[in-house]
Amino acid sequence: MATVELRFSALPEHVRTARLVAAAVARRAGVDEAVLDEVRLAVGEACSRAVGLHQSGGISEPVWVTLTEEEKLFSIEVGDEAPRSAPGDGASGADGGVDADAEEDEMGLAVISGLVDDVEVTAGENGGSIRMSWPTAPPATLLS
Amino acid sequence: MDLSLSTRTVGDRTVVEVGGEIDVYTAPKLREQLVELVNDGSFHLVVDMEGVDFLDSTGLGVLVGGLKRVRAHEGSLRLVCNQERILKIFRITGLTKVFPIHTSVDEAVAATDWRPFAGRACGHPRVRPVTEES
Repeated sequence: MATVELRFSALPEHVRTARLVAAAVARRAGVDEAVLDEVRLAVGEACSRAVGLHQSGGISEPVWVTLTEEEKLFSIEVGDEAPRSAPGDGASGADGGVDADAEEDEMGLAVISGLVDDVEVTAGENGGSIRMSWPTAPPATLLS
Repeated sequence: MDLSLSTRTVGDRTVVEVGGEIDVYTAPKLREQLVELVNDGSFHLVVDMEGVDFLDSTGLGVLVGGLKRVRAHEGSLRLVCNQERILKIFRITGLTKVFPIHTSVDEAVAATDWRPFAGRACGHPRVRPVTEES
């Protein structure tokens, strides 16, 4: 079971909330302070991408985020409900006129793959997800 | 934190001071500002990012869009940034090869190679030496 689950309407203004929650839970899970900026950015990228997919696809379902603390690992999965015509295509649509969206989508994925060593992107008829994980430090005396 | 924007003219350059977070929510405001400046005839822009706390790929897209617009008018778009966490995003996306990134507004304003990648190699000593991570 996820440590924290989040569902939010596919609106850009909620992406910041997801970033803040993810960074807070990651900190508590023991993710290195130096890596928290990367967690924040990667989650933001994944959520922005999901929001974009929902908006361009006219999908009213919420975007979901699960934050899971595992042994020596903290993982985040960001999911969307945007169906892809072919599994793994990852784009917001195959029709014309979406070049800018596709470019932004690619840039977001480029940032994620540049930041996170352990990342898995899946997409299918029922939507897609980006799963990322970071190592956590062994339990120590926490400040708060 | 929201996005803050202010502009001022220094010589023939327009300095856009950006503060706060540039993300999927706030990036459209920056895009509007850059488009407005270009439409008003400001083609040599310096975007001061020292006050930026967060930048994502949406923000990068807006900056690239701004660069395209000014270049269409033989203009330039220079960045000012010393924050490692922001510079890292430019590095991993390869955009350090696209934007001249300076350490201060004065340095950016004084720079003269307005089109550093427009066909001739003209390394500028004032441009921040950014280490590439292959």
